[in-house]
Amino acid sequence: MSRDNNIAVDIQNVTKMYGDVTALKGVSLDIRDNEFFTLLGPSGCGKTTLLRVIAGFEEISNGAIILYGQNIANLMPNERPVNTVFQQYALFPHMNVTENVMFGLLRLGQDRANAKTRVGEVLELVQLSDFADRMPSQLSGGQQQRVALARALAPSPKVLLLDEPLSALDLKLRQAVRLELQQIQNQTGITFIFVTHDQEEALTMSDRIAVIESGQVQQVGSAREIYEAPKNKFVADFIGKTNLLDVSVTDLARGKGSCILPGGVQITCPAAEGAHAGSGHLSVRPERITITALGKGLVQGTVARHIYLGTDLHVEVNLVEGGHVTVRMQNSTQIQIPKVGQLVCLDFEPNFARLLVD
Amino acid sequence: MAASPQQNSRAMNNNYDGFGVPLILPSWIIIGFFLVVPVAMMLMYSFLTKEFRGGVIWEFSLAAYDQFFFDRGLFGDSPPVIEWTYISIFWRSIWQAGVATFFCLLIGFPTAWFIATRTGRNSTIWLFLITIPYWVNLLIRTISMKFLIRDNGPLNEFLISFGVISEPFHIINTNLAVQLGLFYSYLPFMVLPIYAAVERYNFALSEAAADLYASRTVTLTKVILPAVKPGIVAGCILVFVPSLGAFLAPDLLGGAKNFMIGSLIEEQFKGNAGNWPFGAAASMILLSLVLIVLTLYARHQARGQR
Ligand SMILES: Nc1ncnc2c1ncn2[C@@H]1O[C@H](COP(=O)(O)OP(=O)(O)OP(=O)(O)O)[C@@H](O)[C@H]1O
Ligand SMILES: [Mg+2]
Repeated sequence: MSRDNNIAVDIQNVTKMYGDVTALKGVSLDIRDNEFFTLLGPSGCGKTTLLRVIAGFEEISNGAIILYGQNIANLMPNERPVNTVFQQYALFPHMNVTENVMFGLLRLGQDRANAKTRVGEVLELVQLSDFADRMPSQLSGGQQQRVALARALAPSPKVLLLDEPLSALDLKLRQAVRLELQQIQNQTGITFIFVTHDQEEALTMSDRIAVIESGQVQQVGSAREIYEAPKNKFVADFIGKTNLLDVSVTDLARGKGSCILPGGVQITCPAAEGAHAGSGHLSVRPERITITALGKGLVQGTVARHIYLGTDLHVEVNLVEGGHVTVRMQNSTQIQIPKVGQLVCLDFEPNFARLLVD
Repeated sequence: MAASPQQNSRAMNNNYDGFGVPLILPSWIIIGFFLVVPVAMMLMYSFLTKEFRGGVIWEFSLAAYDQFFFDRGLFGDSPPVIEWTYISIFWRSIWQAGVATFFCLLIGFPTAWFIATRTGRNSTIWLFLITIPYWVNLLIRTISMKFLIRDNGPLNEFLISFGVISEPFHIINTNLAVQLGLFYSYLPFMVLPIYAAVERYNFALSEAAADLYASRTVTLTKVILPAVKPGIVAGCILVFVPSLGAFLAPDLLGGAKNFMIGSLIEEQFKGNAGNWPFGAAASMILLSLVLIVLTLYARHQARGQR
C-alpha cells in the first residue's frame, strides 16, 4: 500500500523479543485514518504486545512505527499522541470519575475550567454524567469500562488503542457496549485499534481485521474478505467454522484451481494466492453444503450425529473416504433431517469453496 | 479515599462476629495484661506523691504535673511561671524524631521500592538482608555505632586517609549523632510497610499515567504516592513513635546536651535519685501527645473516605 496521508499508523517490519521469546515477527500493517481496525488472534499470539509497542510500553527490537508521518518508535509513552483503554481498566483508585477523566487533559496543560467542560462532554458521550463524583470502587464493571474509555477519549488522541476492553463484561452488556463503541468511533472520527480474541466481536465491529498468529500477520482485510476469502488454513479455521477436505490439486490458473475431491469428483474453484499443485486443502463453510439424494452430490458419507443449536442444526457426516464434514441446516420443519447412520450425498457450489495454502 | 479492600474486610468481620469472640479472646487478654494494666498503673502513679528513695507514697497529688509545666522557684513559694526545661526537651525530642523519620522515609522509600520491584525470590533475599543487622541487640548496635563515628573512629580515619577531610568530623554528642542512631535503629520499620504497599501496587496504573501524558515525576506524585500512602503513613508512625521515646541513641550518642524524653523518663525510675510520679506524668504526657496526633490523622483519613 502506498504511504499516502490517510494512513494513521504505519507499522513497518516490527520485531519484538522477550529474552529469546519472539512475540512479534516482522509485523507490517497499514492502519488507515478514521478506521476501526481490529487485531484478532488466539491467546498468546502477540496482540497485546503489538498494542503495547504502539503505546510505547515496550521497546521494539527492530522496525519502525510511523504515526501520521512521524516515527514514534523512540518516543516515551507520555510523548505519543495515542491513548489506551486497558484490559483491566487501570483507573486511578484514589481519584473520582471526573478526576480520572481529567488526568490527561491537565497533563496536556489545559486549565481546569476547560478541562472540566471537556470532561462533561466526554462523560455525556459515554452516558456517565450522573456518575461524575463516584469513586471507581463504587462503579460496576461496565461503568468502569466506560470511565476507562472516557479517560482515554478526553485528550482527543489521534489513535485509540483498546485491549480487549469488553472481555470483563457479560454477554448482554458486551453487546450494548459494542454498539456504543462503534457509535463513539463514528462520532469522534478517532482511529481505533481494537484487540480481541472474539471473532464475532471482530466481524461485527471492524472496518478491517488483521488476523495474527504466533506473532505474524496472517491476513488483513474486511470481515467479508477474511471470512469468504481466507488466505490460508489458519485463517479459514480460526474465523468461523469450516470444513477442510483433503484434495489433490491438479491445475492452477488465474486464481482458480482444479482439484479432485475424496471420492474422485473433479471440480474447479477459487484458489488462495500461493496454492500449489499436489495435495492440498479445500475449505467449505458448513452453511454452503446441502444434503442431497444419493448420487446427486460431490461427496458421500454417513450421518454420524446431530447437534442441536436452537435456530440451527449441525449434521456431522463421516465421509466414506475418511474425514468428516459438518453441514449446517436451518432448524425449520420444511427440511428433512437425515437420520443418524443414513448414507447421504453432500453438494456445494464450487464457487463458494476455496483452495488454501497450508 | 477509595479503600474498598479495607471496607470489604470490615464487612466480612461483621459477618463472622459469632466466631470472632472466642478467637479474639487471647488477644484481648494479652492486650489487657500488657497494655491496659501498665498504662492504668502509670496513670495512677502520676497522681501520687513521690517517695525520696524511689517509689511512691499513696497520697493523691498533682505535684508531678505541676513540676513538669510550672516553675515555683527554689522553695516552691514564688508565683508559678511556665517551666520550659521539660517542654523544650519534649520539643527537641519531637524534632529529633521528626528528622529521623524524614531520613528513614528518604532512604526507606527507594529501598522498599527497589526490593518490591525485584523479580521472584530476589525480593525475599533483599528483605532478609535488610533485617539481618536487627538480629543483634539494639544496645550493642548503638554502642558499635558510637565506636564507628567517634572522632578517632573508623569513619573519620577513613575520610581523613582519603583526604576528604583534614580534621576529624565531629559527630559524636551532636544532634546529628542522635538522628543517625535513630535512623539506623528504626529504618526497617519504614522499609517493611512501604515494601508491603509497593508490592500490592498495580503497575498498570503507572502505565496508564504515562499513557495520559504524565512525566515520571507526575506519575510518582499523583499516582504512585497516593496509592502507597497507607504504607508510608504506617512506616512514619512506626519510626516516629519509638524514636520519640527512645533513650539508647540519645544517651549513648547524644551525650548530656541532647537529652530526649526517653532519657528523661528513664532517669526518673533509675536508682534512688528518681521521681516515679514525675516519670509517670512525663510518660502520660508523651502518650497523650502521640494519641492526639494519631487521632487527628485518623479523623483526617475518615473524612477523606467519605
Ligand atoms: N513480559 C514478557 N516476558 C516474556 N514473554 C512475554 C511477556 N509478555 C508477553 N510474552 C509472551 O509473548 C507472547 C505474546 O503475548 P501477548 O500478551 O502479546 O499475547 P496476546 O495475543 O495478547 O494474548 P491474550 O489473548 O491471551 O491476551 C506470548 O507468548 C507471551 O508468553
Ligand atoms: Mg492480551
